[in-house]
Order: sequence, then C-alpha cells, then structure tokens
Amino acid sequence: MSIKVYLKKKKDNPPPLRNRTSRPGGGRASHTHTCHSENQSDLLILRSQFFSFFNLAHAQFILKMAAVQGGMVDEKEEVDIKTEPQSDGLMNTNATDGRQLSPSPSSSSSAGSSKSAAGAPEDQQTLLAVLQFLRKNKLTESVEILRREAGLPEDALDTKGADCSAPSSGGTAGGVDGLDAGSLLSRVAVSSSAGTPAPTKAVADDQPDVSVVLSAYSQQGDPALYKVYYSDLKKFIESVLDCHRAELSQVFYPLFVHMYLELVYNNHESEAKAFFEKFSGDQECYYEDDLRVLSSLTKKEHMRGNETLLDFRTSKFVLRISRDSYQLLKRHLQERQNNQIWNIIQEHLYIDIFDGMPRSKSQIDAMSGSLAGEAKREANKAKVYYGLLKEPEIEVPLDDEDEEAENEEGKPKKKKPKKDSMGSKSKKQDPNAPLQNRIPLPELKDSDKLDKIMYMKESTKRIRLGRENLPSICFYTFLNAYQGLTAVDFTDDSSLIAGGFADSTVRVWSVTPKKLRKVKSAADLNLIDKESDDVLERIMDEKTASESKILYGHSGPVYGISFSPDRNYLLSCSEDGTVRLWSLLTFTCLVGYKGHNYPVWDTQFSPYGYYFVSGGHDRVARLWATDHYQPLRIFAGHLADVTCTRFHPNSNYVVTGSSDRTIRLWDVLTGNCVRIFTGHKGPIHTLAFSPNGKFLASGATDGRVLLWDIGHGLMVSELKGHTDTVYALRFSRDGELLASGSMDNTVRLWDAAKAFDDLETDDFTAATGHIHLQDNSQELLLGTYMSKSTPVVHLHFTRRNLLLAAGSYAA
Amino acid sequence: MAEERRQKQCSVTLPTESMKAMAESVGVGQLQEESCVALSEEVSYRIKEIAQDALKFMHHGKRRKLTTSDIDNALKLKNVEPLYGFQSQEFIPFRFASGGGRELHFYEEKEVDLSDIINTPLPRVPLDVSLKAHWLSIEGVQPSIPENPPPATKEQQKTESTEPLKVVKPGQEEEGAIQGKGQGATAPDGKGKEKGSIRLKPRSTHELSVEQQLYYKEITEACVGSCEAKRAEALQSIATDPGLYQMLPRFSTFISEGVRVNVVQNNLALLIYLMRMVKALMDNPTLYLEKYLHELIPAVVTCIVSKQLCLRPDVDNHWALRDFAARLMAQCCKTFSTTTNNIQINTFFFFFRLSSWLDEKTQWTARYGCIAGLAELGPDVIKTLILPRLTVEGSRIKAVMEGSVVSNIDKIGAEHVQSLLLKHCASVIAKIRPQPDTVEQYRTDYGYLGPMLCSHVIKARTQAALQAQQVNRTTLTITQPRPTLSVSQSGLSGSGGPRTPSIIKVPSSLTLMSPRPGTPSQPSPPATKYIVMATSAGTASTQQVITLSSSQSASPVTSTVPSATSTLQPLVKVESGSGPGLAASRPLQKYIVVSLPPSASSSLEPKSSVLSTSVSSTPLDPGIKLERSESPGVSTQSPH
Repeated sequence: MSIKVYLKKKKDNPPPLRNRTSRPGGGRASHTHTCHSENQSDLLILRSQFFSFFNLAHAQFILKMAAVQGGMVDEKEEVDIKTEPQSDGLMNTNATDGRQLSPSPSSSSSAGSSKSAAGAPEDQQTLLAVLQFLRKNKLTESVEILRREAGLPEDALDTKGADCSAPSSGGTAGGVDGLDAGSLLSRVAVSSSAGTPAPTKAVADDQPDVSVVLSAYSQQGDPALYKVYYSDLKKFIESVLDCHRAELSQVFYPLFVHMYLELVYNNHESEAKAFFEKFSGDQECYYEDDLRVLSSLTKKEHMRGNETLLDFRTSKFVLRISRDSYQLLKRHLQERQNNQIWNIIQEHLYIDIFDGMPRSKSQIDAMSGSLAGEAKREANKAKVYYGLLKEPEIEVPLDDEDEEAENEEGKPKKKKPKKDSMGSKSKKQDPNAPLQNRIPLPELKDSDKLDKIMYMKESTKRIRLGRENLPSICFYTFLNAYQGLTAVDFTDDSSLIAGGFADSTVRVWSVTPKKLRKVKSAADLNLIDKESDDVLERIMDEKTASESKILYGHSGPVYGISFSPDRNYLLSCSEDGTVRLWSLLTFTCLVGYKGHNYPVWDTQFSPYGYYFVSGGHDRVARLWATDHYQPLRIFAGHLADVTCTRFHPNSNYVVTGSSDRTIRLWDVLTGNCVRIFTGHKGPIHTLAFSPNGKFLASGATDGRVLLWDIGHGLMVSELKGHTDTVYALRFSRDGELLASGSMDNTVRLWDAAKAFDDLETDDFTAATGHIHLQDNSQELLLGTYMSKSTPVVHLHFTRRNLLLAAGSYAA
Repeated sequence: MAEERRQKQCSVTLPTESMKAMAESVGVGQLQEESCVALSEEVSYRIKEIAQDALKFMHHGKRRKLTTSDIDNALKLKNVEPLYGFQSQEFIPFRFASGGGRELHFYEEKEVDLSDIINTPLPRVPLDVSLKAHWLSIEGVQPSIPENPPPATKEQQKTESTEPLKVVKPGQEEEGAIQGKGQGATAPDGKGKEKGSIRLKPRSTHELSVEQQLYYKEITEACVGSCEAKRAEALQSIATDPGLYQMLPRFSTFISEGVRVNVVQNNLALLIYLMRMVKALMDNPTLYLEKYLHELIPAVVTCIVSKQLCLRPDVDNHWALRDFAARLMAQCCKTFSTTTNNIQINTFFFFFRLSSWLDEKTQWTARYGCIAGLAELGPDVIKTLILPRLTVEGSRIKAVMEGSVVSNIDKIGAEHVQSLLLKHCASVIAKIRPQPDTVEQYRTDYGYLGPMLCSHVIKARTQAALQAQQVNRTTLTITQPRPTLSVSQSGLSGSGGPRTPSIIKVPSSLTLMSPRPGTPSQPSPPATKYIVMATSAGTASTQQVITLSSSQSASPVTSTVPSATSTLQPLVKVESGSGPGLAASRPLQKYIVVSLPPSASSSLEPKSSVLSTSVSSTPLDPGIKLERSESPGVSTQSPH
C-alpha cells in the first residue's frame, strides 16, 4: 500500500492525540503534557494508528514494534483485530462525519500547504517528520523498519534532520514552518474535536497562553458607549417581531459576557461594574452560577488563570438562529454602524444558521443552559452504533437440580423465555450495533460463562415492570457515616455493595449470607491440592471471613467506585488524583493509575471488563485498560470538570457529563466526540444508559432528569419533580421504568417506556434538531418515595428487577 | 430578588479595616489606604474563587453543608497549603468581639494544661459505619414502618384539618420553587402544577390494609387487656410509631365509645387504660389530633367530672384518674388551642360554669374533678377562679368534716377536695400574698381553710427561700456585653489563669438568649440572672422550672448542685451549701438554663450578687459531656 493512502487516512482519522494538542484552554497548567512527556502512550496511539490505517501490518512488524514498547504486548492483539474493520467501518464513520468542515487555523494552513504541494515530496516530508519523531524518542528499530518500508535512503533522514532540529516541545502553533514532529501532529489533528469550535492554537505548552487568548480583547471602543450599545441592541430586539425575539434574545448572554470582559480587560473597572449591575439582571436565571464567577472578576490580573473566563475565550459560544432572524440582526447592526457588537459576534460567537421557522422560546430554553451555548448541528450528525453486541452463544446446561426444585408448573414456563431471550439476541445482528470486534474485548472466561448462565436463569424470574406493576424498593441506609458517604456501587448480581467515604476509605459489604474472604497466603496456597474440584473454595481463608472489609490506600475523599463485571476487582477514584484498582480476592490495592493530577470525580468499568473510564477536575475523561498504567484514550473537549462517566452497554462508547452543563458521547475507537447534548441548567451528576443502548438519561443539580435519543441526537423528554440534585439514575432491567434518586431524599419512578413511545422522530425534527417537548412530567411520574432523612446516592435494579437504593442517613 | 442578590455579590468585599488589622497582626504597621483597598479586593476575589471550588467538593461529597475539609481541598487545587487544625465538622472556633468602635472575629486560643488532658478519660469511640436495609416501597406502596417517614407529616395533617382545600401530596410542596428556578419558561410550569393538584382526591376515607387492621386489633386488645407488659408495649407503639395516621379515626372512636360504656359500668381500670391511650396518642410526635378532639375531649372530660367512675368510690382510687385526666385536658389545651377552636377558653368556661353550678347537692367527686380541671389550667386560673371560692368551699368542707350525719364517701370526698385545694392554692397564694402569714388573717380571708392554708403557704415559702438560696448560689452573673452567649465545647480550661471576662464558655452547644444584656460585675436589679441547673434526664424539664419559680419543692435543685459543680466548674463557682441530699453526680444530665427576669423572682432579688469564680480541678466527666452534645432535650427557657 502506498504512502499516499496512509497519509490520506491519517488525515481522516485523527488520533486521540489530537485532542490534547487542539485545545489550549482545556488543558490545565501543570498537566497538559507535551507530546514528549507522554511520548510512550502517544506512540502507542500513534502506532496503533499506523497499523490500522497503514495496512502494512504484517506480523513481524507488529511484533517488533510491540517489543519496542516493551511490556505492552497486549496492544498487539488489539491492533490486529482493529486493522480489519478499519478499512470499511471506519471510513463510513468519516464519510458521514462533517467535522472536517470546521478547520482550525493551524490545521488549515498545514492542510492547505499539503494540498498545494501534493505529490511525492510532500508525502515524503511528512514521512520524514514521522521518522524524526520516532528517532527523537529513541525508537531506532521502528525508524529502521519504517524507513525500509518507505524505501527511503538512509541519509534522507539525516539531511532533513538538520532542518528539523528545533524541538517541537513548546507546542508548535500553526505558524511553525519547519517540518518537525509537532507540525506533523498538528496536521494530523486536521479536524478539530467536534464540539470544540476553538481555534486550534495547538498550544500544548504548560501554560495556556493567556495573553494570546486575551489579546483579542485589546481592541476597544469607548468604554462609556458599551452600555449604550447594549441597551440599543436590547431595545431593537425587544421591538422585533415576536417570532424572532426569542431567537435573538439568545445573543444577550454571550454579548453581555464578552462586553463585560472587554471592559475588564481594558481596565475600565468602574464601567465594567456599572455595566454588570445594569444588565446582569436581564440574563436567564440558569446562568446565575457563571455570572457569579464573572461578578467577582473585576481586574485584568484576575483574568489570568480564571478557568471560566478561558472557556469563554477559547470556545465560541454557539447559537442556533434561523436565517431570517440572523439577517434581521445583521441588518440592524450594519445600519447602526454598531461595530463593537458586530465584532464580538464575528469573533466570539458561532452562529449556526438554519433555514426555516424560527424557534419558540420554550424550544430554545429546552436546549440552552450550557456554558458554551448549544451544540452545533453537525456535532451530532455522526453515526453512532448504539445497538447491543451479540451475546456469545452459551449452551445453557439444563441442570436437573434446578428443575427439580421447581414444581411442574414452572417447567414449561421456564424453558420458553429462555429460548426467547437466547434466540432474539443471537440470531440477528442489530443493524445499529457495532461490529463485534470493533473494539477488542476480553475473551470470556469460564467463570464469566457461568455468570452469564446465572444471569439468564435469574432473568427468567424477572418481574415485568410497568405502569401497573411498580417495583419494590429496598433501601440500604449507611448509618453512622456522618455525611461521609460519597459513592456507592452494587455488583451486577447485587451480592456486594461498596461505599466510598470522605475519610479516604473504601468499604465493601456482602449483602448475602456469604461472607467476604481473602485468599490464603502464598505459603498456604502451596499446600492445597490444585487438582481438586473445589480448588476455588480451598484457596479461601476461612479465618478472614467477615461481612465487610475496609480498603485503605487513598489519601482523599473517594468520589467514584465501580465493581468489575466479574466481581474480582473494584475501582475507586479519589480527590488525591488517582484511580485505584483493588482485588476483591486479596482485598489489596493492585494498581494506582496516575494521570489525572486533580481530583477524579468518577470512574466506571466497561460492561465487558478490562477497560475503564475516569473523569476529573482536569476536564478530560480517560480510557484505561486495567493492564496499562497509562490511558489508552484521552477524551478532551469539556469546558469544565468531567463530573460523571458511563460506558455504553456495548462498550464502544463512553458518555461523560460535566460541570459545563453538557453531555458528550465519545467513540472509544477513534476518541472522537460524536454527540453533544445541551439542555441541563446545572452540573450533571449522573448518567444512565437504557438497557437497549438507544437512550440516555441524565440528572443534574437543577433537579431535572433529561432523556436523550442517542441515534438521533435529540432530547426526548424532561422529567421534572425533584427539588434537589439528582445523584442516581437507573433503568429497570427491561428498560420500562426509570428510577431517579436525589438529594431531596426521594426516589422517584418514571414511565420510561411511555416517554420513549411518545417520541416523534419525523425527519424534520431529526434534521433540524428542533424538539417539541410536552410537559408531561406528572403523567410520567409513577411514584415518589420519601426516605426520612437519607439523600439517595445510588440506585440499582437487581436481575429480577427489585430496586435497591442506597444513601447515608443525615441526622 | 435574584437581581438584588447578584448585585450584592458583586459588591461585597472585605473591609479595609480587616486588612489593617491583619497587617498589624503580622507586624506591618501603617499600611497605606490604597494598598488596603487593593489588598482587600484581591483577597476577596481569591476567597470567592476558593469558595466556588469548595462548593464543587461539597456537591461531589453529596452534602448540603460546606465543611472545612471542602475548603482545604479547594486550597489544594490551587496548590495552596490547606489550613490545618480546622477539621471539626460542626464547630467554627471564631469568636466575635467589639469595642473601641472595632468589630473583630478572632480565634481564641487558650492555654491547656496537659495533665488535664492526660487525666481525662477517653471519650467513647464513635460507632462504626454500618449498613441497614429496609423496605422503602413494596410493589409501589410505601409501608408505614418507623424507618420510613410518616405518610402524612404533622404539618400536612394540620393544614388538612385547618385548611381542607389546600391539600398537598408529600413531596410536591416545593415543586413550584425549583421549577421557577430551573427554567425560564414559567407558563408550562404553572400548568403542570395545576394538573397535579387536580388529580388529587381529598383524603376522605381511611382504608386500612390487612396489616393495619391486624395491628389495630392487636393494639386495642393489648391496651385494654389484662397483661400489663403487653399494654406497655402497645402504648409505646402508639406513642412512637409514625404510621398511625390512617388509624387515628378508629382509635378516637374506640376511646370515646369505650369511655361511654365504661363510665356507665363504672369500670375504673378500663377508663384508666383508655386515658393512657389518649396520653400515648398525644405523645406521638407524628400525629395531629385536632380533627379528633371532638371525640377525645368529651371522653377526657367525662373522666374528670363524672359523678361515679368506679363501683366502690370509698375504696378505689378514682381520684388519680381524675387528676390524670385533668392533666391530659390541660395538655390538650396547651397543644391544640388556636384562635379558631378556642379549646382553652371553652374548657375554661366549661369548668367555670360547672363550678358555679355546684351546690350542696353536687357530689364531691364531681366537685373534685371540676377543681382539678381548673387547677391544671395554670396559676392564673387558680388565682381568678378558685381563690375567691375558697371560703364557700371551705364552709362546705367544714360542714362535712364536722357534721354528724355524713356518709363515709362524702367524708373521703371532702378530704380529697381539701387537700387538692391546699395543694394548688398554697403555691399561688405564696406568690401573690405579701408576708407575713398570720393564721388570723388567713382565717378571715379564706374561712375554714384559712389556717391550713396558712401553714401550707409558710411551708411553701420556706421551701422557696431555700431554693432561692440554692439558686442564688448557682447564679451566674454574666459579664457579657452581648445578649447572645456563644458557648463552646471546651470545658477544660482549668489552669486558673486570668480569664477574659468577655466570653463565657459552657461546655455544650447551647446558645443562651437573654432578653436584656446583663451588666458586668454590678449587682444592679435589672440584670438578668442565669440559673444553670442540672436535672436528671427523666423528669420533664418544664415542670422543674415551674416548681423552681414557684418555689415549692427544692429537691431537684439540692440533689443536682454537686453535678453542676463538677461539670460547669470553669465558669461557675457553686459554693455548695451542701445539704445531705448531695449525692454523687449522675451520668445522665440535662441542663436547663432559666433566665429569670427580676419581676418573676421577687424572692431572689435582694440576694442577687456577683459570684467570684473559682476553679476546681475536678476533671470533666466525659459521660456528661457526651450526653449533652447528643441530647435534644437541652432547652432554653424563660418563664415569665
């Protein structure tokens, strides 16, 4: 395969690495690593990109590369599997992906040059840059191989090397001409992350260049006129036709913010204050939190290092406005020669113009509220394979003992559903499902198979829930926790419960009569008969049996906790910046994953195990594999803390919720953001996928629960009722009901099936993303259950659809 | 509202005086005004930033309350060393002081004697985290078990009974607020709310589930059954279980019917049991009885004034029942009297009319009940209604006691009435009548009962004086310019160094409120006196306070003085005029702090003086400390 192909594909498929380089504002000072500081993981990604797109991947090559990486042999398998689907499946994704349409300055320059100088020399240059990069990282063998593959003369690199001697460490912005690794990387990062309309400054430096970012504010008009401009615009918008007013009113908030910041930047403190006082009251109430931050910011010096501010600057505020309304606004501003406002709109706002009817106030309100405006329409166009993976076919042994236990009536009943559940899943491949091996998944072990069998058996006894058939709720109250309970998780089979506490401990309880036992010590293990049938029993040390175990290791409050599907591991993440993997056989810490240097707010295991995702205060979510000490993917794009992370049931996607009041869905394979959902008015604290993978529920501090259709990228419903932060959401096993738990001490049950049935997915709605929400929260609310004084922190449906809730009693 | 708040947020900065004060404290004198302004703005901004980050930690900690550790974590985020030493959850150790035109918050650090700490027994280890499961809902229905909140809160029951049109389901009350806050569009919200309220049906029937029916049967049987242990359990259940709301109408019918039948049958025992049920119902904090008072009050009143309550009035102690019922009635009046139902006034007039109709022919039993009922309503009622009648009653009693043709029953009745009158009137007279008490004077004023009253009053007075003495010894004169006392946890400052007089520390988290600031170190009459006294946990606090002021029985005070000595030692010197009743300190104690305005305690007044504080080195009893911090019964009261 020619190198041209490689390059093209390379451009189409930006590696996750791009994320890091493309967001100057998102990364934080001390841990926005340069390419080199993390070169190993970068290379890992880079390498897998090579392989998957190059298709040069013959075994020897891979093996050698893997050897170079040392100890990461697993990756080889992953890569092997990956190469296959890449050629067709991935290309499709990119064909429908409109992200190339939003080129960033840096990438456009480099991409443009590559186009002009199309042909061999350009390709060769790029390749040289790759080689240079590899060499700099002392991967001589890979260099050798690649060079041989490309058929380059040995001295080519050396001659070029002189040119490229300037190291790329400082984050080569778009202006760098020299062809070094950095510029290659920035070229690779052609398409900026879907949701980040930020200009790609490729500042991978330690310090996001605040002065560069802020300098946009240096242009200034007469500070006294700001008020006049603003109120003039206000008057105009208030006087336009009703149908346009709601749309144009969206402009107020971003304009207000930017004008205020301009005033502050140019040291007009008193004017800024007066401006703020005069107009802050007009803003929508859901921006109150941001306004509070702004209000405290009155000096130019404060702007440095203020994150909220950087968000406003680095990311354009996205508005969706119909063409008519936009024309109206444009005409007005031009007539009035109101350049100040026009400049701000040009520079800091991204106006997503659509043709058709202007949206109504309620439509706009439903979608607005996020830190950086709505999602752009094209951001939600990518295809998402939301279907479930085919269940592996497992022969269910018709074990006699179980059937004997059942009475005669039970027999026929039991067999039927078993066949159904097996048949429906295994026969047809869901057209919306990703390929089985789209991402490599761990192989099933015998114990997993046993567990699957158990699961199927249990699911036959499952109660069908619905409007008439509400579940029972068992509430687990943590007593004497003194408000220290910060996270809870149940195992899927509901046999164990774990709690993370503010005192840095993790505690695991057994909810069944089966006690928790440790494995015997190595010396004792030597003594047991390894051939015996009950070897798994024998390795356990009876002396250590107890109902609960405490895991010590963190040095800060534990904010997230997750059991592995096979119940052998437990993940916990903490304020101390680490994610820890604990063994539930030895009850010791196995690994501490360091990467987030700031508090990690949430973590979760993939439904298939092996992978896990974490998200934290550093605004990125990371995908890890348990046997790699560094992340496989970094999902960057959120403008504020990533507060919660969830895996899609098919493990191909990860969803993250953030304090910037958006929800993003990320493709695990490519690292791209494929969905952005806006509409929440407060930081999102919990997320839940429906069991069929089609829908998503999210809960936030505003007390509302929103339901989303992943395939169409639309809001489906809004469930109002909670009066405080929603901390827990869970769909029943059959997806009929949604349970939500909140700080207001209630568990509420919602008719999810009805909400999804009511969904109108006509082409128009799907195309424009304009939704009409009915206010039917009261109809969908099936039950409200108050606890005495226990905020609900976690919810879980057992395999038989009994709802378990957990929280700590707040006296 | 929001706008105002926002503007406020915008402008709030630390005062420049604070900057100066801080600068001085680190040795920088003469700070320029401009630098102060610049500093205060910078500092305010940084503090706000930190507070916002701290909020994040609070949210992730799933708490509603911001703690010091959140601030620490927020500081860590900024790479600032956290402030160590502020780990305590509840207690913020800043004190406030003002003087010389300055207001200051400062952190009070005291010298602590290490030996005190070493010698203090260790406090109890806090309980470990444990897990408890209960059913929040069973197939969509929330069971009424103690773990769950009562199906209808007391407030709801109250609104339901007082304003039946405004019935709201639990959990829906605050809906409007959050919706308004969370959403710009108000129109759909209003609609949704309306829809919700339309769907509600007024709760007219009280259907009982099978379990509830079983429970009701069991409870009622146990209450009137023969087994005392079972009865105690049943009454306990009635008094504490939260889910009885549904059964309330049945209970009230049960009681009223039961009284009706048993009065006719003169079944004293059953009547007592039924009254105890009433008492238990009234004690249940989750029940709002007002809707059922029309059934309960007649039953109770019947038990007070009925002519005959038992088969053998000469032997059975039906007097106790009358007393008990009268007390219930008084409690009823106190709790449920509102301007709309006027229970208090109605009861009052009922007894009053009854008593005015009483004549020679009235049974002594009814007379007794009537007087008891009135007397329980309080000293004011005694003063206005009973005292004027003393002469008449006295003559009647005299007629019985000294008459010849009198049945035994009448005689017993007369005796009881007499002792009842003496008991209730003596304390009242002692208060309103100036000394000296002469028998002759009393005889002319009160007739036959005069002499006996006189002796009772004298007794009461001496007791009161004794009490006052004790009380006076425990009086703190608080040298505190502010009416509020901040009370802190540390009771250990026994080092004997010169203590700042500005702040009084009581080892508990009480906040004492005094109506008027006391003047330091001056025995001026208007100074409010704080009487800190310890009473045993079991007894009702209100009673104790009243007895204290009415100076009837000195027993609670005498017995608890020593414990006050040991626990409050850093602040209060109790020169215990140790009587024989000074037992060892009890492990369970509650502190009742009474503030007595001078008018109420005339007897105390002349003796009010400053106390020199001295310190004894008795270590603090940790048991007491613990109890106090947990006990909800710590109360602050001020009888008028």
